[in-house]
Amino acid sequence: MSAGERKRLLTGLAFISPWLVGFGVFTIYPIVASLYYSFCDYDVLSRPIWVGWLNYQDMLTDDVYWKSLNNTLIFGAISLPLGLCFSLALAVLLNRPVAGRGLFRAIYYLPSLVPAVAAGAVWLWILNTRNGLLNQALLWLGVDRPPQWLDDPNWTKPGLALVAIWGCGNTVVILLAALQGVPRALLEAAIIDGASAWRRLWHVVIPAISPVIYFNFIVGVIGALQTFATVFVMFTNGGPDRSAEFYAVYLYENAFEFRQMGYACAMAWVLFLLTLGLTWLASRSTRGFVHYSGE
Amino acid sequence: MRPLPKLLTYLALCAGAAVFLLPLLWMLSTALKPAEQTTVQPPLWLPRRYYVVENDTRREVKLGGTIANASVWATPAGATAPIVLPQSDVRDGVWTTSNGRQVNVDTHAVIPASPDDPWREVADAATGRRTLVRDAAIQSRIAPRWENFGQAMRAMGDFWRYFGNTVVLCVLNVIGMVLSSSLVAYGFSRLEWRGRESLFLVLLGTMMIPFAVTMVPLYSMFRALGWIGTLRPLWVTAFFASAFNVFLLRQFFRTIPRELSEAARIDGCSEFRIFWQIILPLCRPALVVVGLFTFLGTWNDFLGPLIYLTDQRDFTLALGLKSMQQKSALTDWHYLMAASTLIILPIIALFIAAQRSFVQGIATTGGKS
Repeated sequence: MSAGERKRLLTGLAFISPWLVGFGVFTIYPIVASLYYSFCDYDVLSRPIWVGWLNYQDMLTDDVYWKSLNNTLIFGAISLPLGLCFSLALAVLLNRPVAGRGLFRAIYYLPSLVPAVAAGAVWLWILNTRNGLLNQALLWLGVDRPPQWLDDPNWTKPGLALVAIWGCGNTVVILLAALQGVPRALLEAAIIDGASAWRRLWHVVIPAISPVIYFNFIVGVIGALQTFATVFVMFTNGGPDRSAEFYAVYLYENAFEFRQMGYACAMAWVLFLLTLGLTWLASRSTRGFVHYSGE
Repeated sequence: MRPLPKLLTYLALCAGAAVFLLPLLWMLSTALKPAEQTTVQPPLWLPRRYYVVENDTRREVKLGGTIANASVWATPAGATAPIVLPQSDVRDGVWTTSNGRQVNVDTHAVIPASPDDPWREVADAATGRRTLVRDAAIQSRIAPRWENFGQAMRAMGDFWRYFGNTVVLCVLNVIGMVLSSSLVAYGFSRLEWRGRESLFLVLLGTMMIPFAVTMVPLYSMFRALGWIGTLRPLWVTAFFASAFNVFLLRQFFRTIPRELSEAARIDGCSEFRIFWQIILPLCRPALVVVGLFTFLGTWNDFLGPLIYLTDQRDFTLALGLKSMQQKSALTDWHYLMAASTLIILPIIALFIAAQRSFVQGIATTGGKS
């Protein structure tokens, strides 16, 4: 390595040193330690005791664990596709030449800024079975017995999905930016070919923004698997029949309420692998639909 | 656009906007009501005060149930307060209950109510004394209860202390994150060195790691340092950059022409001075975006404070709201909504003031990945 090259390397490392130090102390060390703890009996107060695969074996027979995994996946399967379709529809509407676009965009974006604790409190009130705004509206619309969103095990996850979809403004803004980046030439060519608005949307616009849709889907999967604050605020002890016991909530309970830190670490590692697995699966299964245009 | 699709677009956009806004408006509406108006059916959007005018004096009352049929206002034997009974169930001072039991009652008044001329039970706002009046005799005006906010702040505990803690954390996080992330982003974009691209991939890879994986070791590390129960775990890490913000700033730094740095280098400018005096001032919009997102993330953070803070005196607003919600009674919705409003309001103000930066920031992060 020449002297100049070496100097450049040292300058570069000096600039990124905050991240290098943080990466070592707050990422690499915790990852290694967490993997180690996952094979230990650990309560933070005393030294970890090696127990081998015991934590992972316990997971297999822990009914609450499976329930929490199941709940989280069901929640994701409801909220993610619905939220994405809803966001895409709103973004397509916002992309049309209408007055007041900025205002509409601001309104859609606003709920995604609301702190999870406050969102949880507000939705507890809206989903209230007797006096909640939603059920009052459903009664007014003629629904005889509106769902008990917070008390019926079958309705807690759809209720939480509503809260999640309410916060989809982030996605709307990202998709809108992508729509505005669709090359005009493509659209004009489609118009000259006589394609209807619907076909232009389906065969030109959506393929053109498919990488962005895919990106949001992946981010959504990762986010859904880690759903914590809203659920934690809205339900105690996992809600009715543990129907709102989510993965991240159960993990938190194990770590900080039952002081089973080793078990919590094992859960975290399974979550990590699950995230990677689902992302890989998503990238495999969408290969035919996502179009990357060469730059 | 032709008129019909245009109209439909507008209708859809307005319907969407209503759905997104209603929860927040309902929160505000509830926050400004007295307790008894929060559960009125059908829902009441604007908080009101009700008055009864009798003998030229006006007194404020709270509304009770309506009476739509002829009734009597009577005290059953053994009871202390009068109740409203259907007139058909009471004959000669004897009330026949729905299951056929007969109870002596002391009748005070006969109420000639009908569906066209309903009456209502009201309670005096000052004394609580219950009386029956004609609906038509009740006047009302719109009157928000601003004092609910003060009550909610007291119900939360030491509101201003939580507010102070939250602001301190926000300021420290914003300073730390903007400084460290811009330094790191500079090293990853405007300097050429061996191994840069591979290290940058590692940095991007760290975004995939769920917080849950590092949560327990971080906790035990901060515990060993004696930091549990202090604010330190909630801001120190911000001084070590975050992958997301480095990525965002790098995208921006790369758009600045190389020639600018080259010219400064030829003039003998040190690399740090180029960063500090030339590049950073040009990147203000991007720094604002990073600052905004960091502020928001800190203001909204719940899991961090939940894990690391043990003493009420160190609580942030988010944690204060959660503990208030746990303690509050089922009828305290107006206070809970007032406290929620207080937490959301600064965020909304910030958003209105810096809307452009927000939208640009999100569009860059999502669009170019």
